[in-house]
Amino acid sequence: MGKILAFIQLDDGQPNRNALEALQGGQQLAADMGHQLIGVVFSASSPQQLQFKMDEIITVAAPELEHYSADTYVAAMAQIIAAEQPDLLIAGHTYQARDWLPRLAAQISRPLISDCIGFQKGAQITWVRQVFQGKVHADVTTGEGLAIVSFQAGAFRHDRLESGSPAIRSQEVDLSAVEVQVRAGEPFQDTKAAVDLSRAERIVAVGRGIGDEEKLALVRELAEALGAELGSSRPVVDYGWLSHDRQVGSSGQTVAAKLYLAVGISGAIQHQVGMKNCGCIVAINKDANAPIFEIADYGIVADLFEIVPRLTAAIKEHRSA
Amino acid sequence: MKICVLIKQVPDAGSVLRIRDDESWVEEDKLVFTANESDSYALEEALLLKEAHGGEVIACTLGPERSRQVLKDALSKGADRAIFLHDESFNNLDCNGLAKVFAKVLEKEHCDLILCGLQADDTGEAAVGPMLAQELHLPHVTMVVQTELLDGGLKVKQELEGGWFRQVETSLPALLTIQSGINKPRYASLRGIMAMKKKELRELSATDLGVPATELAPMQTLQRIYVPVKTKETVYLEGAPEEVVAQLVDKLANEAKVL
Ligand SMILES: Cc1cc2nc3c(=O)[nH]c(=O)nc-3n(C[C@H](O)[C@H](O)[C@H](O)COP(=O)(O)OP(=O)(O)OC[C@H]3O[C@@H](n4cnc5c(N)ncnc54)[C@H](O)[C@@H]3O)c2cc1C
Ligand SMILES: Nc1ncnc2c1ncn2[C@@H]1O[C@H](COP(=O)(O)O)[C@@H](O)[C@H]1O
Repeated sequence: MGKILAFIQLDDGQPNRNALEALQGGQQLAADMGHQLIGVVFSASSPQQLQFKMDEIITVAAPELEHYSADTYVAAMAQIIAAEQPDLLIAGHTYQARDWLPRLAAQISRPLISDCIGFQKGAQITWVRQVFQGKVHADVTTGEGLAIVSFQAGAFRHDRLESGSPAIRSQEVDLSAVEVQVRAGEPFQDTKAAVDLSRAERIVAVGRGIGDEEKLALVRELAEALGAELGSSRPVVDYGWLSHDRQVGSSGQTVAAKLYLAVGISGAIQHQVGMKNCGCIVAINKDANAPIFEIADYGIVADLFEIVPRLTAAIKEHRSA
Repeated sequence: MKICVLIKQVPDAGSVLRIRDDESWVEEDKLVFTANESDSYALEEALLLKEAHGGEVIACTLGPERSRQVLKDALSKGADRAIFLHDESFNNLDCNGLAKVFAKVLEKEHCDLILCGLQADDTGEAAVGPMLAQELHLPHVTMVVQTELLDGGLKVKQELEGGWFRQVETSLPALLTIQSGINKPRYASLRGIMAMKKKELRELSATDLGVPATELAPMQTLQRIYVPVKTKETVYLEGAPEEVVAQLVDKLANEAKVL
């Protein structure tokens, strides 16, 4: 029987949501492939919450693993892999996973299929991942032997995890020879955000499609007419056109507005994770294949400069009527 | 301080993509190519570090003939020399293979710092940087949004999820993957473009590097690419701009009830 190791990242002792989503993918994979599913936590005990269907959970305790470092994580997992000889190692594609999984793959010389959004079963598993920032999908396969696969946030659903009470086994690792060359301080946030987009009922969000800073006035006027807050994608903040507290997405704010109007935003996954739970999503984009249309309720495939000024006027008219 | 920046040439963000009939990749003939976004920020960071502390900036890319352009652009902006890794046999490299080839070149350069972008906007694996650090046995820090040189080391600000950050210190030599927004990438000046023509742009093949093909055999295979099937029923509003706008206001007011 084959083996799937599912690395379950813990943040302050709690299972990371993206890791649990990947675990649900692991449950599907284990069922489809007839493999064992084994959770791995880098902790002395398995958190209470991990009452999910798995063949077992391996706990790995070492003082060196108490604080994350790529060096110790790579060394520890390499030892677990040597002991367990799995066919697959899966994980959530978190920022932490981005930091150490590639390093692990290089060290043990195994393929890494990163940021997958799903899989198809067949004679061999086909991994599905996004290329060109989500505009196109790609099917990828690997040869014989261990593959390392990370899953994008939202690829699977943690609320569909089958419950269970896995046996717990502890596994020793020896990290005394690992030299940690990178020292990280405590997480912090920059100056307290002046705008709290998470509470906004309506958001007009602007992306790189606006083209230049002066044109921002157009979306500002639309936001005003709608009584909406102004939000944006990352490039608009990177260019210094709007402050960081306006950024929506994985490295910005997560919003849940009733109305989210995306103007000239392509809808890369890192943007989507911040806004896909909004009630009503409207996208204005001249590219019919932009991924934002995948999650939009209403789509307008057009030049934003043709639409936005007219929309502002129409909204004003509607509101004064 | 000797710094090498890895710059990948990718289709411009605004590109309209057409998939080849055999689904192997996109049609490239009508595409506009440019330096990968985070790599442009990495180059600027290297130039700023050199301007502040002295030293040398080497730009390096691996790709088909067209990708020579990103090196010329980097030289025009102020990089001192460039390395162009170009070989038929490099076409099918996966991220493990890419890291091995870059390691072969860079183990001879003995750089203090290697800067990558955090991910390539075409293939999006976010893997080559940390993999290369492993091949070279160097420490690495991902998603860097600020750098500061210390005595014998480096202090950087690392981006975490959801608007959080932390300070990270590393010894040198090291590899960093740079996040967009860390600086304001410059444009090449006319003088820079003139100076570029006299700078070294060295082309290296697999034979020059002495990497055996067996070591580079890809461990993963791209089977096909395709336009994703939509799962959500998006209502598309069509017609002249006035009509589209009127429809939208009507839908927002009466269907979605969000006005
Ligand atoms: C680790 C990481 C974290 C990230 N965090 C975030 C984040 O928090 N938030 C975020 O947004 N991004 C984030 N990104 C970046 C993300 O991957 C995308 O690059 C970014 O969201 C793209 O922004 P955009 O849609 O504005 O620009 P683009 O992708 O360039 O899209 C511009 C769009 O405008 C359209 N357009 C152009 N002109 C017009 C016109 N005249 N009329 C109508 N449409 C037009 C184009 O068709 C295109 O779809 C992150 C990336 C990484 C790797
Ligand atoms: N062919 C290439 N040429 C130059 N740099 C590359 C190449 N492929 C990857 N890189 C570098 O590695 C980073 C991460 O790429 P990836 O792992 O493919 O997402 C990029 O931002 C570049 O800095």
